[in-house]
Amino acid sequence: MTDIVSLPPETGPSLDLRGKDMAVAGQWRLFWLKFKKHKVALVSLVVIIFMYLVAALADFIAPYDPNATNSRFTYAPPQVLSLLLDGSFQPHVDQLKMTLNTESMRREFTPDPTKPLPVSFFVPAQPYRLLGFIPMQTKLFGLANPKPGDSMYVFGADRLGRDIFSRVVHGAQVSLSIGLVGVFMSLILGVTIGGISGFFGGWVDLGIQRLIELLRSIPTIPLWMGFAAAIPVGWPPLRTYFVITLIVSLIGWTSLAREVRGKFLSLRGEDFVTAARLDGMSEIGIIFHHLVPSFISHIIATLTLAIPSMILAETALSFLGIGLQPPIISWGVLLQEAQNIRAVAQAPWLLFTPAAAIVISVLALNFLGDGLRDAADPYESVS
Amino acid sequence: MPPPDTNPFFRTVSFMLRYIVKRMVFAIPTLFAVSIVAFIIIQLPPGDYLTTLMADWASQGGAVEAGTVAAMRERYGLDQPIYFQYYKWIAGILMRGDFGISFELGKPVTELIWNRLGFSLLLSVLTLCFVWAIAIPIGILSAVRQYSISDYTATFLAFFFLAVPDFLMALSAMYIMSAWFGQSVGGLFSPDYVDAPWSFGKLLDFAQHVWLPVVVIGLGSLAALVRIMRANLLDELSKPYVTTARAKGMSELELLLRYPVRLALNPLISTLGWILPAVISGEIIVSVVMSLPTTGPLLLRALLAQDMYLAGSLILLISVLTIIGTLISDILLAITDPRIRLQ
Repeated sequence: MTDIVSLPPETGPSLDLRGKDMAVAGQWRLFWLKFKKHKVALVSLVVIIFMYLVAALADFIAPYDPNATNSRFTYAPPQVLSLLLDGSFQPHVDQLKMTLNTESMRREFTPDPTKPLPVSFFVPAQPYRLLGFIPMQTKLFGLANPKPGDSMYVFGADRLGRDIFSRVVHGAQVSLSIGLVGVFMSLILGVTIGGISGFFGGWVDLGIQRLIELLRSIPTIPLWMGFAAAIPVGWPPLRTYFVITLIVSLIGWTSLAREVRGKFLSLRGEDFVTAARLDGMSEIGIIFHHLVPSFISHIIATLTLAIPSMILAETALSFLGIGLQPPIISWGVLLQEAQNIRAVAQAPWLLFTPAAAIVISVLALNFLGDGLRDAADPYESVS
Repeated sequence: MPPPDTNPFFRTVSFMLRYIVKRMVFAIPTLFAVSIVAFIIIQLPPGDYLTTLMADWASQGGAVEAGTVAAMRERYGLDQPIYFQYYKWIAGILMRGDFGISFELGKPVTELIWNRLGFSLLLSVLTLCFVWAIAIPIGILSAVRQYSISDYTATFLAFFFLAVPDFLMALSAMYIMSAWFGQSVGGLFSPDYVDAPWSFGKLLDFAQHVWLPVVVIGLGSLAALVRIMRANLLDELSKPYVTTARAKGMSELELLLRYPVRLALNPLISTLGWILPAVISGEIIVSVVMSLPTTGPLLLRALLAQDMYLAGSLILLISVLTIIGTLISDILLAITDPRIRLQ
């Protein structure tokens, strides 16, 4: 017991990694110490938290209603949000001047630097409910005193004059949550099936392993397409959302089940498991008190690495038009607008804004998962 | 001459034959399961094949003769229980090569798919060759010059390309080609050559079109392979035999290529098992974006029109091709790595 008393405070800056402190540090402490060294993963963690926050507070952050159309500003280009005006801090966008190109019969927009439109923070807006229950009447930023004909499209507008920035922010809600919900479904399937496979072994294990191999040997896109296309068009959005998530997690659980099974197999013969069994502990008790805590960090790492593939799957299906459908807004649905090369050539922001959101979130999740995986074995590097 | 079972060559050959036969027997349940999945996909949409067909005919104003309907019900076993329908379907495929009828296009499925399946296969094989030809040298460079600028660049690009979905890559590539180079991309041939018989000119035209989809499909897998090759080679380079060879005065290049690279390649061959499904998935979605004459656009169209026999057959054949590819990669691995076949 004296060892515990001599432990330095939890936030102590200097912890001797080779000394006695390390020998008595708990599993999570070791995990965090090792994870901290992976700088890219640390930055990614911040990016991920930021993105999920933006998704949660979408109503507050998006300056416009994502479905509000404006026929004046079809395919309006992005307006640069500059913070300085004449050397002082005055956030503003330049007003767009519209001319009709009679040759191509298209509207062309040019920014007019002589007419700056002031932008301010915490502007009043139509009442809405943040997170569905907090009544609010302000938005994070917007035009200070909007008049008809003024516009603030920081990422441009689509063919109906809808604000791409507001749509991408709202799309984050669906796209990022599909990853989480899908991973949760994979977790339940993977831990249950993998646990059964690893704990019982024998022919049960053999059968489950064959099933996993089978699922992994089929190319995923055609399989997903086959299942997703069977969803009736008339279904309510929420049900479509859940079925798509289910389809996407159909493959995700296999890697998790393998991980769990491998851990069960390697831990089953450990001394502490035998000791617990000789002590008269029930099998269920052994699983939840001794086995699960010892590989939970691996599961977290595997789960984090599974989220990006689910986000990409939803995006691909929605892009093809067999996943989520408008009026649901997701990054994949936004990319439907960029399906043909002519639309992209005319308005590249239709493609590159949602694309940047997807690439940044997937990249950050991959780096984060990588760092977690390296940290998941805190005892390895020490010994 | 020694008797066959003590001759090392004969022993190896008999081991190999036994291994190949074992793997092929293992593949049979997988193929069976895949056919069930394809059949489930065919059955998923509400209503059966004939109700759709009759609705189709009725919408075109055609009268449906009772006799025809009865004959077709008999042919596809639609009044029978579900396992009997499956039996009819799979027996038709195995015995007569009859995949059913595409009611949207009014043709037997077999007439529509083989040409497109051929192009899909060609595109996938070309992509695999490209990925391997590029990934191995980059991986070697990255490992030998660990923590150099080129290593960091390769690592960053690998993570970046892993994060960009195939179809985004395809769209961006098309945008860049048209906006910066003024070239229109799409298809595998220029309009002049689409229906022309194969000739040297057509081959050249094909080469001019095919490189972009190959690069686009390959980049994601390329990134993964570079990472694996780098990690494998780093493991090998830290082993004592490398130090021994260096101490004996072997030149660096010879040393590198003679042992560590060869050993690092073996795990790379085993990745074919998951690279192949990834490439085929990528090929399908990139083909849709770039409108290539492969299975991708046909599958999407069939699924959107609920033309289920066509869609199911395509999914079945794509999966079967993948399983055969994985089988071949397993056998290749056993040939190159004696440790696998002796297990």
